[in-house]
Amino acid sequence: MKPLKVINIAWQALLKNKIRSLLTMLGIIIGVAAVIIMIAISAGTEATIQEEITGLGSNLIYVTPNMTKLTPGSMQSDGGLVYDDAFAIAEQISGVNGVVVEQSSSQTIKAGDTSLDGVTIMGTTADFPSVRDMEIVSGRYFDQKEVDRTTPIAILGSSLAEELFGDRDPFGETVTVAGNIRLTVVGVFEEKGMVGDVDYDSRLYTPITIVLDKLSDNKFARFKGDRVRTIYVEVDDSVGPDGERSLDDVIYQIELLLAKRHEVTLEEADFVITTQQDIISTKESTTAAFRSLLAWVAGVSLVVGGIGIMNIMLVSVTERTREIGIRQSVGATPNDIRWQFLTEALLLSLIGGLIGVAAGVIGSWLFGQASGMRTVIVATSVLLAFGSAATVGVFFGYYPANKASQLDPIDALRYE
Amino acid sequence: MKTSKPIIDGSDLKKIYQMGDFEVRALDGTSIQVNEGEFVAIMGPSGSGKSTLMNVLGCLMSPTSGQYILDGEDVSVLDKIELAQIRNRKLGFIFQSYNLLARTPALQNVILPLYYDRESSLTAEEQEEKAIKILEAVGLADRIYHEPQELSGGQQQRVSIARALVNDPVMVMADEPTGNLDSKSGAEIMDLLVSLNKEGVTIVMVTHDPAIAKYTDRTIHLLDGKVAQVVKNGKEHK
Repeated sequence: MKPLKVINIAWQALLKNKIRSLLTMLGIIIGVAAVIIMIAISAGTEATIQEEITGLGSNLIYVTPNMTKLTPGSMQSDGGLVYDDAFAIAEQISGVNGVVVEQSSSQTIKAGDTSLDGVTIMGTTADFPSVRDMEIVSGRYFDQKEVDRTTPIAILGSSLAEELFGDRDPFGETVTVAGNIRLTVVGVFEEKGMVGDVDYDSRLYTPITIVLDKLSDNKFARFKGDRVRTIYVEVDDSVGPDGERSLDDVIYQIELLLAKRHEVTLEEADFVITTQQDIISTKESTTAAFRSLLAWVAGVSLVVGGIGIMNIMLVSVTERTREIGIRQSVGATPNDIRWQFLTEALLLSLIGGLIGVAAGVIGSWLFGQASGMRTVIVATSVLLAFGSAATVGVFFGYYPANKASQLDPIDALRYE
Repeated sequence: MKTSKPIIDGSDLKKIYQMGDFEVRALDGTSIQVNEGEFVAIMGPSGSGKSTLMNVLGCLMSPTSGQYILDGEDVSVLDKIELAQIRNRKLGFIFQSYNLLARTPALQNVILPLYYDRESSLTAEEQEEKAIKILEAVGLADRIYHEPQELSGGQQQRVSIARALVNDPVMVMADEPTGNLDSKSGAEIMDLLVSLNKEGVTIVMVTHDPAIAKYTDRTIHLLDGKVAQVVKNGKEHK
């Protein structure tokens, strides 16, 4: 038989059982759509991470206390990072562009009649705007002297400024934090948007000494001389593969310096140094694992869809035994019969695949809209899903088709 | 006899089934000849082997032994695929239960054998024309696009006769063609078969009804897988 005729016969057979054909396709539709949506979600997540790389500011080194060394007993020793470590790094390590220490606290703030709960008060240092890639849009930032003197001033994130003061210029206004700390607004940051899951625009920025002295929940930390959770070190252009010194070299210098200051050996260091690249690769490998997990789950649903096709085709072969007998009696060869049923299975999976692609593309978009997560349709995922659907059709369609082709014409004709 | 060219030449045909320790000899050395243009009935009680003979002659199964020459070709040695092609090109079938494709218009049912003819030079339009012509010839000009469930038993059997004729077979095998019909439609179907035979179609029919067998030229009686008797029928219907 000519291929077109085979397709036509198979198509007619599917049309005779529209509801069943549709239900059979459902498994494939869901499978294909799931593959596309899952990959779209993880691709979206990856794209977000890529943006974070540029959004966080470049060439950052993070110094954090080594938590495994901070047992309750050792808290009283010199373990952990202190505020002064940051300045030692800034002064004594070459290739360092700026050092930032951050200490945050969540507080209620008031300006005039407006009161906001749970605002992040970000205590930081003078290099913060350059290290964190933030621009002042009006007013000014504070300098190191103001940090040293615990000057009660504040810089507002853009959305916070709008919430507190609306269209008014907040410069010179007073903001009351935690009921009794009055800060004078001296500047507003430009809108930065979300970076990862951090909203830089809704925060209040103030000298770190304000937070350490007046807002720190950890009284112990205040007595022990300003422990900090993270020191951000920005290296300058002389550091890098093409520069005067390598990043590893700078890290080693910082390690030596801190080990000396803390009076520990490098093996027993009470701090950990991470680069931005470390964090990104960790995140990337997490999303890669996440993505392959999603793809596998979606793939399983495709296989389940294929088994659904096999199931229905087997029922169909049994139900249509007499039809097979009739076709055999007028001269259909085993090959003709096999092709007919294989084509039906293929049509089911291909049409199901097409609908699934449409559902996947629309579903990805809807999911992105509904969840606020970013979704990116990946062309290869569409091809992959559609190709798998076709493969599943052939694979699971062959057994029933072969079974049909092996029927004996006399038995088939006699079948009631 | 209109002509003496043999269509069927089966000699010493045996079909033996092994049922555990038993041997069932469905055909036990049957020899049968049918010439071109003949109308032959095969009769016999149940278990006499007439269905088996029908299946062997219809190329639906191969004999265990013996030689079967159909239209000059030894078909007893052919495999499944070759038998299918023989059925497609040389045979037409009429069944007791019509065996039409359900929910499929009469026209498509009639065209079906042409679908499977690899050597057909007919275009789809020509196939349709041919099928329509035959449907008209069997008296179904106004039922061409009706589906089987919309047709009476007699009409369905006419569709199946049209399907049996569409590939210009050398012989039509009819298995109890009137078995599911009332006597009036049965008589009409037999009249149709007789007139087709007069036009030159060779027909071999299996029946258990002597009244139906009387329509044919001769009746072959089977018993225990062997030809017991051959009777020439009167010419009152011819």
